[in-house]
Amino acid sequence: MTRFSAWNVFWQGISGQKGWTRQWRDPEPKPHYDVIIVGGGLHGLATAYYLAKNHGIRNIAVLEKGWIGGGNAGRNTTIVRSNYTQPGNREFYEDSLKLWEELSHELNYNVMFSQRSHITLLHSPGAVDAVSRDYNIMRRTGNADAGIWSLEQLKEAVPHLNYASDARFPIMAAAVHKRAGTARHDAVIWGYARAADQFGIDIIQNCEVTGILREGSKVTTIETTRGKITTGKLGLAVAGNTSRLWNMAGMSHLPIESHKLQAFVSEPLKPLLDQVVVFGMGGAHFYISQSDKGGMVFGGDLDWYKSYAQKGNLPIVQDVAEAAMSVLPCLGRVRLLRHWSGVVDMSMDGSHFISKTPIDNLYLNAGWNYGGFKATPASGTYFADLIANDRPHKVIADHDLKRFERGIQLDERGAGPDPKLHG
Amino acid sequence: MIRIPCPFCGTRDHSEFTYGGDGSIIYPSLDAPMQDWHDAVFQRENICGVQVETWQHANGCRMWIYVERDTMTHEIHSVRAAHPDMAVALEVTI
Repeated sequence: MTRFSAWNVFWQGISGQKGWTRQWRDPEPKPHYDVIIVGGGLHGLATAYYLAKNHGIRNIAVLEKGWIGGGNAGRNTTIVRSNYTQPGNREFYEDSLKLWEELSHELNYNVMFSQRSHITLLHSPGAVDAVSRDYNIMRRTGNADAGIWSLEQLKEAVPHLNYASDARFPIMAAAVHKRAGTARHDAVIWGYARAADQFGIDIIQNCEVTGILREGSKVTTIETTRGKITTGKLGLAVAGNTSRLWNMAGMSHLPIESHKLQAFVSEPLKPLLDQVVVFGMGGAHFYISQSDKGGMVFGGDLDWYKSYAQKGNLPIVQDVAEAAMSVLPCLGRVRLLRHWSGVVDMSMDGSHFISKTPIDNLYLNAGWNYGGFKATPASGTYFADLIANDRPHKVIADHDLKRFERGIQLDERGAGPDPKLHG
Repeated sequence: MIRIPCPFCGTRDHSEFTYGGDGSIIYPSLDAPMQDWHDAVFQRENICGVQVETWQHANGCRMWIYVERDTMTHEIHSVRAAHPDMAVALEVTI
């Protein structure tokens, strides 16, 4: 494995770029692993990496039914932020943001993490009050970059927004989270895969799990399209398809529904927008940033009905286009380059699960709603910790499947137990 | 666009409807054990395939209906009025 460094880039540059090696192996599955992680997405690969790095477990396989990063890792809007207020969530996402800040060095892979700030537009005195409360909570709990901008400050920083006095929802102020930003989703996948592979972890692609065999309350064997594999412990990180794997393990019912979320990218433009901008008003929901290639990356609401299909429906395309025009009218003539849809686990309170299960050696990582991308490093860290030590870290004490039975909900929006409302 | 055959209005675009949710949930009696209420409120089968769900024809007749729909293909298998008396009345008139 060639390590990336300024010297290596220079040397390869003058020697014909012939010295680069494969970034990760393509191994055949072994008959047995100490830990198997199902799902070669961001969370699965991060979990495998931290199991090896933090806990010294090396005999690990990550099973992926397609290619790594081909699911929701490649179907998101790459926003990273930690503006959460519920106890449990705020520590977790703040830890995640701190890990993001060092991730490129940690993985020796440029994940293009760009802390360009995250700006929530506010349109009423009530919204300013509500967000001031939230951002004060952030400041009082160790997230000192939270702030409120006046309209003048916002105009100076983001000049292209619709500031017209006849706008349907005139902008009044903005909430700003400066350390938030975006990262390059493929680079995060490839960085974790490469770093995990260096620890000897087998990343096995085109390997779909077809059955999970149990002896009593222990998982023993995984049936896959590439043969049977026995395992000591099993971790599931298969957002979107969590319930299907859950059924394979002989159980039913979870506090999760699978919904689909669409996102869009435009043709590349010259630099237009330096921040992540979020608009949510009167039932509209819209978030946008500009990628390093220049494409405007944006998204909106769920499709509102439950679905396992990785294809979106047109009414939401119209909704998002309308929201785009009301926030950034200058996008009116920009052409759409691509648009895609991912199946997300929407949970009953809008927060995730990193949890033990009724099966002794089966661990669940699921229910990421809209927020899986930003959670990647912390999700991997705490899920690895759970699998290695068989007990939840205190930060994720209430992130388990049983929290509703204890009367606890981590409901950031206060939307109640209806999965589709937690966007 | 999904086309939903409303039993009252005929076939309409799904954007005229709002999605209720899982139609298989039956709420327990008020004095049922807490675990039964927990399961009804928080636990979902989350079927990949044909499931029963509720929709309301919000921008039409405003009636609630049960729809049997495939969550992978979005194909609709059956539709009936959510109110049992209404469903019976519809069958008689047809």
